[in-house]
Amino acid sequence: MNRITHRFQELRQAGRKALIPYITAGDPRPESTVPMLHALVKAGADLIELGVPFSDPMADGPVIQKACERALTHGMSLRGVLELVREFRQTDVETPLVLMGYLNPIESMGYAAFVAGARDAGVDGVLTVDLPPEEAAELAEPLEAAGIAPIFLLAPTSSAERIQRTARLARGYLYYVSLKGVTGSAALDVAEVANKLAEIRTLTDLPLGVGFGIKDPATAAAVAQVADAVVVGSTLVGKMGELADDPERMRREVGELVGAMRKAMDRPDQAEG
Amino acid sequence: MTAKALRNKVDYSQFPDRAGHFGRYGGRFVAETLMEALHELDDAWRAYRSDPEFLAELDLDLARYVGRPTPLYHAERWSRQLGGAQIYLKREDLNHTGAHKINNTVGQALLAKRMGKTRLIAETGAGQHGVASATVAARLGMECVVYMGSEDIHRQALNVYRMRLLGATVQPVTSGSRTLKDALNEAMRDWVTNVDRTFYMIGTVAGPHPYPVMVREFQAVIGREAREQMLADHGCLPDALVACVGGGSNAIGLFHPFLNDSEVAIYGVEAAGSGIATGRHAATLCAGRPGVLHGNRTYLLNDANGQITETHSVSAGLDYPGVGPEHAWLKDIGRVHYVAVTDDEALRGFHDLTRIEGIIPALESSHALAYVTQLAPTLRPDQRIVVNLSGRGDKDIYTVAKLEGIQL
Repeated sequence: MNRITHRFQELRQAGRKALIPYITAGDPRPESTVPMLHALVKAGADLIELGVPFSDPMADGPVIQKACERALTHGMSLRGVLELVREFRQTDVETPLVLMGYLNPIESMGYAAFVAGARDAGVDGVLTVDLPPEEAAELAEPLEAAGIAPIFLLAPTSSAERIQRTARLARGYLYYVSLKGVTGSAALDVAEVANKLAEIRTLTDLPLGVGFGIKDPATAAAVAQVADAVVVGSTLVGKMGELADDPERMRREVGELVGAMRKAMDRPDQAEG
Repeated sequence: MTAKALRNKVDYSQFPDRAGHFGRYGGRFVAETLMEALHELDDAWRAYRSDPEFLAELDLDLARYVGRPTPLYHAERWSRQLGGAQIYLKREDLNHTGAHKINNTVGQALLAKRMGKTRLIAETGAGQHGVASATVAARLGMECVVYMGSEDIHRQALNVYRMRLLGATVQPVTSGSRTLKDALNEAMRDWVTNVDRTFYMIGTVAGPHPYPVMVREFQAVIGREAREQMLADHGCLPDALVACVGGGSNAIGLFHPFLNDSEVAIYGVEAAGSGIATGRHAATLCAGRPGVLHGNRTYLLNDANGQITETHSVSAGLDYPGVGPEHAWLKDIGRVHYVAVTDDEALRGFHDLTRIEGIIPALESSHALAYVTQLAPTLRPDQRIVVNLSGRGDKDIYTVAKLEGIQL
């Protein structure tokens, strides 16, 4: 069974929600990524989204744009990301890893070569931001055949028809973008999110993750009340950018932030702001 | 089927398909957060593209505000000097604001008004589309924000000031390479954030469906007029068409009404910058390969890892690493020949037209003119070339003077 599906089953049985940190591979330096992945797992990550840096990250705000620039400056590439995943898998065979990025690096490598490379490296899911379901069959089918979950986005504006269409192609979980905007935007409205998730749940049984705009333990805890997974990206990536010159402190402080979110999600009544 | 057999069977008016595909190119490659906005735009576009009232209002604006039809001018002296085909200039430089860009912004603004949008946003490279957007926004009393790379703001101070005079906010973009592609990314980010009341006016035949077909139809007035003018004046079609290609909107505007006329040879001219071999160029179709950027699949300039590379051209309006998806398709099936000329060749074209015909062309259009100087001598004096003079060169005076070491 795919590690993502397995992980969500375990969590459901334990009555817990998934915490999914996002970091950009190769940011701030290629050699810092694998130690950071292990630190995230130690701090309580259930699943990790690993960003594949792209020169033109159209759906990302300034924090992740800068992370992409830092990673690309140091030569990170899709092939390099697959190498990092392979390295991570030498000591962690349980934590699901999802690659998140844009289509062009995958087109450039070729779908078949990418799918084979991702499978061999130990990738569990692929979220391609600029690949809506209408254009996705050509990539989603070989991914699924290789046991890799194609992950898709849903938005506040997604109609019931689109939600159903997306859910038919999607595996693993659905990623609900909680607000109109780019990554790292202003805070989300939990009540609005809850309403939309309720609508989505009438149309699919896939676990629902929520991301964009989750900046602190209190928001993570509130979202965990209504979603199956909480995705945290820009807040962590921003901290990594600030502490880029001090890798140990970076791992410690990012780990502490993830740990605080974990704690708040598991014991929402004691969440701190 | 061979490319030739395919191209003889194609009815070009039937493309793109319902989802915006030209063969394998085009489509909609955007985040889910933009899909609903694109559907809303597509619905409005399909409702109004054949609505008699909308089209009548558009025609009236084109006639009385833009100044259409533009003349088809016989450059007799230049034709004689080149010693080959007769050269006709489609004078888009005589449009209000000085380029073909206004054909599209007038059309999109009418659509925005009917959709109840109150805020216009646009991206711009050289500033021509930005000025054309700020112009229609002023006329309709709409808020206007133009995204422009900080590098380009520096290079095109005159157009920046024009936009500000027109009441637009020029928003500097400091991410990535700080040029047109980054301005487009930033405009998309604005759109996704402010989608409820904002209309995004893309300035070329690229972007997610329906932009490539919508912008093409607004620009096709160029080719429709040129076709009628040739038939009225000479009773026959031209032997060849020539236009410069950056994103490709002036080119597709001229070409499209002639695509089904297989006897008309068509040439798109890209910017070879310092020369394709130097790597400092913007010749996407001549030197790139297919990929996905800015919402569509098309030819791109990108490195072995799929990262978009920086481009170079003396003309800011051609300085773009992608190209409209319809051009990508027309290249593959061989209907249009894509060639490239260098900065130096374009500058010679700029000076030739200025000195010989008394018309100062934009540096973008000068690329098309430079190719005409190669093509015309290979044809007979009874043959005719129509070249799109897509814009006037006033905006480029400083660039040309600087290259010649002259301080104004």
